Amino acid sequence: MKILVCISEVPDTTSKIKHINDNKELDKTGIQWIINPWDELSLTRAIELKETPGSKVESITVVHVGLQDSEPTIRKALAMGADNAIRIDAQPQDAYYVASQLAKTIASMDFDIILTGLDSADFNGSSVGGMLAQQLDMASISAVTALNLEGEKILVNRDVSGGTQTLEVQPPFLATVQKGIAIDPRIPAMRGIMMARSKPLEVLEATNEVTPLTEYVSYEVPPPREACRKFPEENAKELAHALHNEAKLI
Amino acid sequence: MTILVYTENREGRLIKAAFELISYAKEVAQKTNARVVALSIGDVNRDELMKTANYGATRVVTINDEKLSLMDNKRYISVVAEVAEKEQAEIILLPDNTTGKALTPGLSAKLKAGLVSGVASLPQSYDPFIVKKKVYSGKSIANVKILTDRKILTLPSNSFGVIEPESNGEPQIEEFTPDADMESKINLVSMNKVTDKILLSEAEIVVSGGRGMKGPENWGMIEELAGLLNAATACSRPVSDEGWRPHSEHVGQTGKVIAPNLYIACGISGAIQHVAGISSSKCIVAINKDDEAPIFDVADYGIVGDVQKVLPQLTQAIKAIKEA
Ligand SMILES: Cc1cc2nc3c(=O)[nH]c(=O)nc-3n(C[C@H](O)[C@H](O)[C@H](O)COP(=O)(O)OP(=O)(O)OC[C@H]3O[C@@H](n4cnc5c(N)ncnc54)[C@H](O)[C@@H]3O)c2cc1C
Repeated sequence: MKILVCISEVPDTTSKIKHINDNKELDKTGIQWIINPWDELSLTRAIELKETPGSKVESITVVHVGLQDSEPTIRKALAMGADNAIRIDAQPQDAYYVASQLAKTIASMDFDIILTGLDSADFNGSSVGGMLAQQLDMASISAVTALNLEGEKILVNRDVSGGTQTLEVQPPFLATVQKGIAIDPRIPAMRGIMMARSKPLEVLEATNEVTPLTEYVSYEVPPPREACRKFPEENAKELAHALHNEAKLI
Repeated sequence: MTILVYTENREGRLIKAAFELISYAKEVAQKTNARVVALSIGDVNRDELMKTANYGATRVVTINDEKLSLMDNKRYISVVAEVAEKEQAEIILLPDNTTGKALTPGLSAKLKAGLVSGVASLPQSYDPFIVKKKVYSGKSIANVKILTDRKILTLPSNSFGVIEPESNGEPQIEEFTPDADMESKINLVSMNKVTDKILLSEAEIVVSGGRGMKGPENWGMIEELAGLLNAATACSRPVSDEGWRPHSEHVGQTGKVIAPNLYIACGISGAIQHVAGISSSKCIVAINKDDEAPIFDVADYGIVGDVQKVLPQLTQAIKAIKEA
């Protein structure tokens, strides 16, 4: 069984977000780039499955659409435990563009399970996975909170509107995953970091046949919230009245 | 022009988000001279479908097919795409919840229609078509232009609100049988329904606890207040990591992103990753013993004090107001 994990690179969560060039671009100075937290969890789960004694998982490949400056992030995925990596050499334009680049590359490859994050910490679009599955004409399962291999069976848990479900799924399929699939992301060990240097990282040319469907025209920083009205410890009653009379929320 | 609204039901009743989406569609329709068509999949009775007219739908396409009882993304996407083509929909609206997240990306790729998810306000302009959405976990807002004729938007629950219903006569109701491909590769093993609880993603009020609650044994206080307010319960990440609460309650950048009208944070420090999941709440109340806790930077109201003392008092005070 071969697993593909799609990874995206996002600003570290504590990064201050500022814009330049007439608010048309992200100011990249000082930003630390990390593996998108959802993707880190999906990769962690793939590694856990491969490490299980008697595992059927033969290999874990990570794929990323991005320019050369994203290679440290890819190396980190290899250090965590992926076996090999593919970078599709293109500047991401929108989710559809990324999904289309991935689809063109993956179509001729043979993966049983493809994992993507349910969301990304940059454009918060929740889009690439579903778009990719559609372009590959593959089954997709969204909002997955568990992935288990039990004998011949592949079982996944997912959230649906109004509850949770356990499903049995036939490969190949794509899952967009969220918290629960793994709890803590795998931290690369020294050995892993050393080994990552010699693991294969293949760079593939992007296709120029795809065009984005959306364009991020400009950005603005949201206005700050008004100052907090604080009550002392013994005045819960006053707060209750403020919520009732002023805010009219209760 | 046609705006197609995906109206979701639960146990045969349309959920509030469905009426919120129709309300949004109506506003857009007034500006663009469009008609609003509701799409309903499942066993929803006629009276319920009739209600859509009061919010602005003039037509309802309803599909009741046994094969659609299980949410198979591929099937559903085919069916929604088929209806969108048939109705010549130019704008397609879905809720920004698990259903919307499951269907819209595939629908976007299938129809080659630009998708913007989590749109919080009416479009900024229609030609070019530009909408605002939060990016970088709420730290910035982007103006996104959709480049295609057909557009797909998802709307977060509670962000737009439901308009005042008015009697608008009856919508035209069509029972439709899709001929979309019905193959499926997934089988349901078991389902765990959440019927007795308010869903976190839809709740108007959320009571949430952090590490300052000290342990799972103290959640009775949170649940009592939540029960009183008809609220959902939530928690910070360490709380679910410790197993004090289920992962489904974890809000924040790596958990659920919610936008209730009222968010009550109890013993939560307000780390940037936590705030990313709640910053769209209309009103935030914080209870924290540390006057300097960053949660107070985003809160509208706060109490500086010990949550174990404050919470029962707050509950009492609210009970008194409710009973008055
Ligand atoms: C990549 C990444 C992603 C993350 N994603 C998330 C996320 O999605 N959601 C999330 O929540 N966190 C997330 N975190 C973790 C986040 O950084 C914080 O560690 C976490 O939110 C802190 O949780 P807390 O507020 O419950 O606990 P603490 O930070 O420990 O805060 C507890 C608070 O309770 C107060 N307190 C203690 N005792 C009392 C008392 N008796 N009465 C009143 N107040 C009291 C304290 O003053 C303190 O402010 C993420 C971190 C990283 C690195």
